[in-house]
Formats: sequence, C-alpha cells, structure tokens
Amino acid sequence: MYRLEYIIRRLIMAIAVLISVSIVTFFIARVVPSDPAAAWVGSHPTEEQVAQARETLGLDRPLYEQYFRYMQGVLHGDLGKSVKTHQPISTDLKTFFPATLELVLVSMLIAIVFGIPLGVFSGAGKGSLLDHTTRLLAIAGVSIPTFWLGLILQLIFFGRLGFLPLNGRISTEIALYDPISQMTGFYLIDSAITGNWVAFKDALLHIILPAFTLATYPLGLTIRMTRSTMIEVLNEKYILAARVAGISERAILFILALKNAIIPTITVLGLSFVYSLTGAILVEVVFSWPGLGTYVTNAVLSIDFPVIVSVTLLVTVFYVFINLFLDLAQAMIDPRVTL
Amino acid sequence: MMAAPLLSIDKLHVQFRTYAGVVHAVNGMSFDVRKGEIFGLVGESGCGKSVTGLAILRMVPHPGQISAGSILFHGEDLLLKSKSEMQAIRGGRIAMIFQDPSASLNPVFTIGNQITRVIRQHLPVSRDEAKERALSMFAAVGLPDPENIFHTYPHELSGGLQQRAMIALALSTGAELLVADEPTTALDVTIQAQILVLLAELRDKQGVSILLITHNLGVVAETCDRVGVAYAGSIVEMGDTEDVLYHMKHPYTHGLLAALPHPSRRGQLLQAIEGNVPNGLALPSGCPFHPRCEHVMDVCREKKPELVCLGAEHLVACHLYDEQRS
Repeated sequence: MYRLEYIIRRLIMAIAVLISVSIVTFFIARVVPSDPAAAWVGSHPTEEQVAQARETLGLDRPLYEQYFRYMQGVLHGDLGKSVKTHQPISTDLKTFFPATLELVLVSMLIAIVFGIPLGVFSGAGKGSLLDHTTRLLAIAGVSIPTFWLGLILQLIFFGRLGFLPLNGRISTEIALYDPISQMTGFYLIDSAITGNWVAFKDALLHIILPAFTLATYPLGLTIRMTRSTMIEVLNEKYILAARVAGISERAILFILALKNAIIPTITVLGLSFVYSLTGAILVEVVFSWPGLGTYVTNAVLSIDFPVIVSVTLLVTVFYVFINLFLDLAQAMIDPRVTL
Repeated sequence: MMAAPLLSIDKLHVQFRTYAGVVHAVNGMSFDVRKGEIFGLVGESGCGKSVTGLAILRMVPHPGQISAGSILFHGEDLLLKSKSEMQAIRGGRIAMIFQDPSASLNPVFTIGNQITRVIRQHLPVSRDEAKERALSMFAAVGLPDPENIFHTYPHELSGGLQQRAMIALALSTGAELLVADEPTTALDVTIQAQILVLLAELRDKQGVSILLITHNLGVVAETCDRVGVAYAGSIVEMGDTEDVLYHMKHPYTHGLLAALPHPSRRGQLLQAIEGNVPNGLALPSGCPFHPRCEHVMDVCREKKPELVCLGAEHLVACHLYDEQRS
C-alpha cells in the first residue's frame, strides 16, 4: 500500500520533471541563433517563402504561445515535424527508436550475462589469475574507444573471417525476399513472432558486433562494480555464518552474497542504459545502424529544434522511469531500504 | 564415570603466516567436550579461543592454517576429512554461532528463507517439511509467534530474538555439537541471561553438547559444566567449573578472578595482571605466562609445563605442581 503511494508520488514528480525539461529545452533551442523558418524552406529561400513558413510554423506568435501549442500537440501524440525533412517526428521515432532500443537492450543483456558472473568469480577469487585477467578485461572495456573497437571487430569478423555482416540491421536480400513485418520495430522480436527465422538469424548476426561493441563499457563497469561489492560482502559475518552452516559455495556466491552485492551494479546498468539511448552514436555511425543517436546528432547539427525537443523529452521519460524502477528494485532487494 | 568425549582436541596448533612473520595463534590446545555438557573455553582477547572454534570446522580464515594436532569428533579426525565430508559436517553435525547475531544473519533474506536453506542443504526434505521443522525449532528456542518470525527479515527483530533465531538456525539440522563463540557478548545483560538459560535448556532437552567460547567468567560460572582457561593458545587450567573458579591452581586463573570486581573489595583498585598478553609473533620461552607470573621459577623460562592431573578432573599446566603429578 505504501509502495503504491510512493509510486504515485514519484509519477507526479516525474510530470513536473518532464514539464521543466520541456520548457528548458524548448526555450534553449529557440534562443540559439538560427531561423527555423529558413531551414524549413530549404536552400536559397526567398523573403516571401520565409515569411510564409514563419506563419505556417506559428513562429510569428509569442514564444510562450508557441510552447503551449507545441505541448498541446505532444499531449495528442503529435511531436511536430522536422524543419529539415518535413517528416512527422513521431514517424521518424518509430523507426529510429526501436532500432536503438533493440541494440541497447541486447548490449545490456551481454553486459549482465557476462559481467555479473565474471565480477562474482573475480571478487570471490581476489588475487587469482582469473581475477587479474578479468580486471584487465574490465579496464580495457571502460577505456577502449568504442568506434575504434567497432572498426577492429569489423576488420576481423567481416574482413578476415567473413563470419558476420559488416553493418546495417538486416541484409538487403532478406529485406527484399523475406521482409520483416513491422510490429514492435524490434527486428528480433518481430521476426520471431511471425516465425520468419531466416530474417531472425540475419538480424541476430547483424546485431552481434554493434551490440558487443556497445556492451564493452557497461560490461567493464558491471565487472568492476560487482567485483568490488562482492569482495566487501564476502567479508561479512553472515557469509562466514553461511559457510559454517555448510551452505554450498555456489549458493553462497550467487544467492547469499550476490543479492547483497547487486544493488550498485543495477544502478550503474540502469544509468548506462539511459545514457546509451543517445550516446550510442559512435557505434551507430560505425555500423550504419539507423538509430536515435544518429538521428538526434543530425538534428543538433542542423538546429532542427522540434526533433531536439522531442528526443530530449523521450529520453527524459526513460530516464525518469528507469530511476523509479531502480529505486523500486532496490527496495525490493533490500528490505531495510524504505521508500 | 567419564563419558566418552564427543569432541577431543589434542595439541592443536594454528599459525598465521603474515608479512611480519608467523603468528602462533593456537599452541598445543587440548581439551575434550563430552556428550551433553557445556564446556566453557575462557580467556582474554587474543588467547586463540575463537580461532580454535573456527579450527574445529576447518574454517580458520586466510592466511591461517592448522599446522599440527588432531580434532577428533566421535573418534574420527576432522583434519583428515575431505572437503565435501567437511561441508556435510559443518551445519549438519557441528554448528556454530557468533557474537553479533545481527551481523550473522543475512539482511536481505527472511529468517525462514535462511533456516530452510540450511535444513535443505543437509536433510533430504521438501520445502514444506523444512518449514515445519523450522517452525518447531523456533518454538524450541522460545521465539514467539513462529509463523510470523518465519516471514520477517533479521532487522525487524531485536538482538535477543536474532540470537534465538540464529540458535534455531544452527540447531535445525540436528547438530550434536554447538560451538558458541561469545554468543551473549553483544546483548543486554537481561537478554544474556535468557540466552544462557536457553543454551542450558537445549542441552537438557535436545541433548546438544556446547562449546561455549567466552571471556566472561560470570557466563562460565552460570552455565558451564566444565571449563578450560586458555592463555596464549593453550589450556593452562581445566576442570569442573566449581574446581576451576573456586579452587583455582594456576597463577593466571588466580589473576583473572582477582581482576573481577567484588563487593568485599569495595573502594579498592581492581587488581590487574601485570604486563600484557604475549604477542603471537614472539611467544616467551618455556611457560608463556612466566613474564607475568608472581611465582616464576627458573624452570618456567626453559620448559613449557604439561597439563597435570591434580584431582579426578582438575588439570593444570604449571611447574608449581610438578611434584604433585598423579
């Protein structure tokens, strides 16, 4: 009951955050010296065209009125149009956002599946050969520039070995002959739901390299975080008590100790997840992945303010919900945490 | 009428290899715990009593290792057991509880989860049977409302209830020996007394033998059937609690008891034993107590005294009693 109350309170706070973020981004985007009307018309605009565009876009109205009109649209699911491409932004996001989300989720999965066990074993065997190797890996993971790693992986797995495709989300032949019917926008899910296994395999092969490249940073963080908290937890009296009670070592590490050690790791993973939504740009560029990072970077470079504001809002929503989720997860894992 | 010892420790040595040198934490510790008794192992901090407790379960922390001696449990040497045999013995036949119950219970699992995990690790029972067993164990250690306790987290209980839960957890698999390392030290005095009564009850009703490790002579006097006084890693005096506490022979035991406050000595300074506990890195030659002993003789500096029998059950390791060997 108390938890429900807490969630409601947090959701109300989330709305306040979203409103403030929308105000700040909207006004900052508009005080930047640029003329959206001129951008809307294209190259070599005439005075007349620009004036007309200004009227169509409502740019002649006072700023606050523009803001309210914009927000009204947002509430009805209309994020406006890109001043560059004249495409409805919501349509753009439907293609770009799932692409990034799919990539980021797969990379998070890699970070969790490999990072947590490696961190646990590394922490449990502090000072062992495995520990030293894993730590080296972790440091490499957080320090290797992703674009460089991406290029090297392409060189090896596409160039030399020919195991994996170079870039993109799907092969052209598959897109032509076994197209994936768009439902969620996640190629892996859509192809699996429709039983299009040829396309599933192709999409999976395409996502391996970029997801692995993107995963190196959170993987390194996960290993380091899990390792250091495991070392701390394994020194606790209750671990000695469990050993003395004859509990098997595997249960001690992966159940009794890990549940105590996991919270910082979850926090790091959550924040890294949100960061990757727009921060994956370097990986997206190297692998020609049609994602949100590329989309928003282009928008920033061309001062396409409706796109900037929309993407910022979208990421803020994710950020707010991830944080809420992290707090709830923490309270669920550790009963001593009160919300 | 000597009952066969359940646990028999003979000339146990435990060393810690550190950068500063080899620390001799336990030096020829020898004592027995008989079936159905509470044996008190008493001594100052650093006398090796806790390490001895951990050594019984072969859980001496790194970088310590058992370097010599034997630990017989039911006549079988625990030091010769394989890893998996040892894991079955830990918690299954010999259980251990520690000083601070709030630190010994895992904070993110319910009491019920922790106790059923231990039960199911050692006994082939279903989840429901394990819960049944846990609930009856809670009742046996005097936890109110067992069903409710089963679902609570450790931090929701008071220290006394936590220690009761810890004892229930330790004995839930039917262990025959409980090694209790300072089980009451972190608790309020009234709660201390309750826990000690509980331990005596468990001995009487469940027949569990208890090795009670403590620095508190009051606890020993109240609870223990027999007691061993440890100094610098070995026993200096051992016998029935009454003999050791009221007819003590060893100068160290004398000193310990003289250091206790007593109503008849009101207004006087408490008597301390001169000097310090020897450093395990460089133990004195001969009798480890000789630098602090009032009765020191030449032989004390050269030869470590063996435990000698003074009465039927009263043993002492001191050269003062060399002639009285029987």
